[in-house]
Amino acid sequence: MKLRLLYFASLRDQAGRDGEEIETTAATATDVYRQARDRHGFALAEDRLRVAINGQFADWKQALADGDEIVFLPPVSGG
Amino acid sequence: MTGFSLSTVAIDAAQLESSLSSAASGACVIFCGWVRDHNQGRSVRQLDYQAFAPLANAEGAGIITEVCERFAVERVVCVHRTGELAIGELAVWVGVSAAHREAAFDACRYVIEEVKRRVPIWKNEHYTDGESGWLHPDSTPVSAGAK
Repeated sequence: MKLRLLYFASLRDQAGRDGEEIETTAATATDVYRQARDRHGFALAEDRLRVAINGQFADWKQALADGDEIVFLPPVSGG
Repeated sequence: MTGFSLSTVAIDAAQLESSLSSAASGACVIFCGWVRDHNQGRSVRQLDYQAFAPLANAEGAGIITEVCERFAVERVVCVHRTGELAIGELAVWVGVSAAHREAAFDACRYVIEEVKRRVPIWKNEHYTDGESGWLHPDSTPVSAGAK
Protein backbone atom coordinates (compact mmCIF):
# COMPACT_ATOMS: atom_id res chain seq x y z
CA MET A 1 0.00 0.00 0.00
CA LYS A 2 1.32 3.45 -0.95
CA LEU A 3 0.68 6.40 1.37
CA ARG A 4 1.54 10.09 1.20
CA LEU A 5 2.68 11.65 4.49
CA LEU A 6 2.83 15.41 5.13
CA TYR A 7 4.83 17.03 7.92
CA PHE A 8 4.42 20.41 9.60
CA ALA A 9 6.20 22.46 12.26
CA SER A 10 8.63 20.50 14.47
CA LEU A 11 7.89 17.26 12.58
CA ARG A 12 8.93 18.93 9.30
CA ASP A 13 12.16 20.17 10.88
CA GLN A 14 13.00 16.79 12.38
CA ALA A 15 12.15 14.88 9.18
CA GLY A 16 14.05 17.43 7.09
CA ARG A 17 11.27 17.37 4.48
CA ASP A 18 7.67 18.48 4.09
CA GLY A 19 6.40 15.05 3.11
CA GLU A 20 7.18 11.65 1.69
CA GLU A 21 5.66 8.75 -0.21
CA ILE A 22 5.92 5.46 1.64
CA GLU A 23 5.19 1.84 0.86
CA THR A 24 3.87 0.14 3.98
CA THR A 25 1.81 -2.68 5.38
CA ALA A 26 0.77 -0.50 8.35
CA ALA A 27 -2.91 -0.96 9.14
CA THR A 28 -3.55 2.33 10.92
CA ALA A 29 -2.17 5.84 11.30
CA THR A 30 -0.83 4.77 14.70
CA ASP A 31 1.42 2.20 13.01
CA VAL A 32 2.44 4.69 10.31
CA TYR A 33 3.44 7.26 12.94
CA ARG A 34 5.46 4.71 14.92
CA GLN A 35 7.39 3.80 11.78
CA ALA A 36 7.92 7.45 10.84
CA ARG A 37 9.02 8.26 14.39
CA ASP A 38 11.62 5.48 14.22
CA ARG A 39 12.91 6.80 10.87
CA HIS A 40 13.02 10.49 11.77
CA GLY A 41 13.38 10.57 15.56
CA PHE A 42 10.27 12.66 16.15
CA ALA A 43 10.20 14.09 19.67
CA LEU A 44 6.41 14.26 19.93
CA ALA A 45 4.58 11.18 21.16
CA GLU A 46 1.46 10.11 19.32
CA ASP A 47 -0.79 11.25 22.18
CA ARG A 48 0.35 14.85 21.59
CA LEU A 49 -0.78 14.75 17.96
CA ARG A 50 -3.98 14.64 15.99
CA VAL A 51 -4.18 12.91 12.64
CA ALA A 52 -5.87 13.95 9.41
CA ILE A 53 -6.57 11.51 6.60
CA ASN A 54 -7.34 12.89 3.14
CA GLY A 55 -7.76 16.41 4.49
CA GLN A 56 -10.08 15.64 7.41
CA PHE A 57 -9.53 14.97 11.11
CA ALA A 58 -9.61 11.20 11.55
CA ASP A 59 -9.42 8.47 14.13
CA TRP A 60 -5.97 6.96 14.69
CA LYS A 61 -7.52 3.50 14.31
CA GLN A 62 -9.27 4.22 11.00
CA ALA A 63 -8.45 1.58 8.37
CA LEU A 64 -6.13 2.96 5.70
CA ALA A 65 -6.50 2.61 1.94
CA ASP A 66 -3.97 2.74 -0.88
CA GLY A 67 -3.23 6.34 -1.85
CA ASP A 68 -4.36 7.91 1.44
CA GLU A 69 -2.75 11.19 2.47
CA ILE A 70 -1.89 11.22 6.17
CA VAL A 71 -0.99 14.33 8.12
CA PHE A 72 0.26 14.26 11.71
CA LEU A 73 -0.81 17.49 13.40
CA PRO A 74 1.31 18.83 16.27
CA PRO A 75 -0.44 20.98 18.89
CA VAL A 76 -1.52 24.11 17.01
CA SER A 77 -0.18 27.58 17.80
CA GLY A 78 -1.78 30.03 15.41
CA GLY A 79 -2.99 33.50 16.28
CA MET B 1 -18.20 39.36 2.90
CA THR B 2 -18.13 36.56 5.47
CA GLY B 3 -15.48 33.88 5.67
CA PHE B 4 -12.08 32.57 6.71
CA SER B 5 -8.93 32.62 4.59
CA LEU B 6 -5.18 32.20 4.74
CA SER B 7 -2.89 34.78 3.17
CA THR B 8 0.72 34.48 2.05
CA VAL B 9 0.95 38.27 1.62
CA ALA B 10 0.40 41.25 3.93
CA ILE B 11 -3.17 41.58 5.20
CA ASP B 12 -4.98 44.66 3.87
CA ALA B 13 -6.87 45.65 7.02
CA ALA B 14 -8.57 48.69 5.47
CA GLN B 15 -9.97 46.66 2.62
CA LEU B 16 -11.19 43.95 5.03
CA GLU B 17 -12.83 46.52 7.29
CA SER B 18 -14.76 47.99 4.39
CA SER B 19 -16.04 44.51 3.55
CA LEU B 20 -17.81 44.37 6.94
CA SER B 21 -20.15 47.25 6.25
CA SER B 22 -23.86 46.59 6.03
CA ALA B 23 -26.83 48.88 6.46
CA ALA B 24 -28.14 46.67 9.27
CA SER B 25 -24.95 47.00 11.33
CA GLY B 26 -24.58 49.46 14.19
CA ALA B 27 -21.40 47.93 15.62
CA CYS B 28 -18.06 46.72 14.35
CA VAL B 29 -15.38 44.98 16.44
CA ILE B 30 -11.95 44.22 15.03
CA PHE B 31 -9.16 42.17 16.57
CA CYS B 32 -5.62 42.53 15.23
CA GLY B 33 -2.98 40.00 16.21
CA TRP B 34 0.48 41.53 15.75
CA VAL B 35 3.91 39.97 15.87
CA ARG B 36 5.53 41.14 19.10
CA ASP B 37 9.20 41.31 19.93
CA HIS B 38 9.18 39.01 22.96
CA ASN B 39 7.61 35.84 24.36
CA GLN B 40 8.14 33.99 27.63
CA GLY B 41 10.98 36.34 28.52
CA ARG B 42 12.86 35.84 25.23
CA SER B 43 13.56 38.43 22.61
CA VAL B 44 11.91 37.57 19.26
CA ARG B 45 13.06 38.89 15.88
CA GLN B 46 10.76 37.05 13.44
CA LEU B 47 7.91 34.52 13.24
CA ASP B 48 7.19 31.85 10.66
CA TYR B 49 3.67 30.49 10.32
CA GLN B 50 2.89 27.20 8.61
CA ALA B 51 -0.64 25.98 7.91
CA PHE B 52 -2.11 22.74 6.63
CA ALA B 53 -4.24 24.74 4.22
CA PRO B 54 -7.05 22.32 3.27
CA LEU B 55 -7.88 21.54 6.88
CA ALA B 56 -7.20 25.09 8.13
CA ASN B 57 -9.66 26.47 5.60
CA ALA B 58 -12.28 23.85 6.48
CA GLU B 59 -11.87 24.38 10.22
CA GLY B 60 -11.87 28.17 9.80
CA ALA B 61 -15.04 27.99 7.73
CA GLY B 62 -16.61 25.83 10.45
CA ILE B 63 -15.80 28.47 13.09
CA ILE B 64 -17.39 31.19 10.96
CA THR B 65 -20.51 29.04 10.53
CA GLU B 66 -20.71 28.49 14.30
CA VAL B 67 -20.40 32.21 14.96
CA CYS B 68 -23.21 33.00 12.55
CA GLU B 69 -25.43 30.46 14.32
CA ARG B 70 -24.58 31.53 17.89
CA PHE B 71 -24.45 35.32 17.64
CA ALA B 72 -26.63 37.94 15.96
CA VAL B 73 -23.94 39.08 13.51
CA GLU B 74 -24.04 40.61 10.07
CA ARG B 75 -20.55 39.92 8.68
CA VAL B 76 -17.65 37.87 10.05
CA VAL B 77 -14.21 37.82 8.45
CA CYS B 78 -10.96 36.20 9.60
CA VAL B 79 -7.66 36.20 7.70
CA HIS B 80 -4.53 34.48 9.04
CA ARG B 81 -1.05 34.96 7.59
CA THR B 82 1.38 32.23 6.68
CA GLY B 83 5.08 32.56 5.88
CA GLU B 84 7.72 34.82 7.42
CA LEU B 85 6.53 37.81 9.44
CA ALA B 86 8.55 40.64 10.93
CA ILE B 87 7.93 42.35 14.27
CA GLY B 88 4.84 44.55 14.08
CA GLU B 89 3.27 42.76 11.13
CA LEU B 90 -0.36 41.73 11.21
CA ALA B 91 -0.54 37.96 11.78
CA VAL B 92 -4.29 37.55 12.17
CA TRP B 93 -7.24 39.85 11.59
CA VAL B 94 -10.80 39.22 12.82
CA GLY B 95 -13.65 41.59 12.04
CA VAL B 96 -17.31 41.32 12.98
CA SER B 97 -20.20 43.62 12.23
CA ALA B 98 -23.54 43.30 14.00
CA ALA B 99 -26.64 45.30 14.79
CA HIS B 100 -25.47 45.70 18.40
CA ARG B 101 -22.10 45.76 20.14
CA GLU B 102 -22.62 42.79 22.51
CA ALA B 103 -22.86 40.30 19.65
CA ALA B 104 -19.97 41.94 17.81
CA PHE B 105 -17.63 41.73 20.86
CA ASP B 106 -18.67 38.18 21.74
CA ALA B 107 -18.41 36.89 18.18
CA CYS B 108 -15.00 38.48 17.61
CA ARG B 109 -13.67 36.92 20.82
CA TYR B 110 -15.13 33.56 19.85
CA VAL B 111 -13.44 33.57 16.46
CA ILE B 112 -9.93 34.38 17.69
CA GLU B 113 -10.10 31.94 20.61
CA GLU B 114 -11.33 29.08 18.42
CA VAL B 115 -8.80 29.84 15.66
CA LYS B 116 -6.00 29.66 18.22
CA ARG B 117 -7.42 26.47 19.72
CA ARG B 118 -8.22 24.33 16.68
CA VAL B 119 -7.09 25.63 13.28
CA PRO B 120 -3.97 23.75 12.08
CA ILE B 121 -1.54 26.67 11.99
CA TRP B 122 1.88 26.62 13.68
CA LYS B 123 4.13 29.43 14.82
CA ASN B 124 7.91 29.23 14.85
CA GLU B 125 9.60 31.91 16.92
CA HIS B 126 13.05 33.04 15.86
CA TYR B 127 14.89 34.51 18.81
CA THR B 128 17.50 37.21 18.68
CA ASP B 129 20.06 34.76 20.15
CA GLY B 130 19.80 32.68 16.94
CA GLU B 131 17.68 29.83 18.31
CA SER B 132 14.15 29.07 17.14
CA GLY B 133 11.33 26.86 18.28
CA TRP B 134 7.84 25.75 17.33
CA LEU B 135 5.34 26.63 20.01
CA HIS B 136 2.64 24.75 21.84
CA PRO B 137 -0.72 26.48 22.36
CA ASP B 138 0.44 27.48 25.84
CA SER B 139 3.48 29.16 24.23
CA THR B 140 5.98 26.69 25.59
CA PRO B 141 8.39 25.26 23.02
CA VAL B 142 7.74 21.89 21.37
CA SER B 143 11.44 21.29 21.07
CA ALA B 144 13.98 23.60 22.56
CA GLY B 145 17.06 24.77 20.77
CA ALA B 146 16.25 23.79 17.17
CA LYS B 147 18.15 25.93 14.72
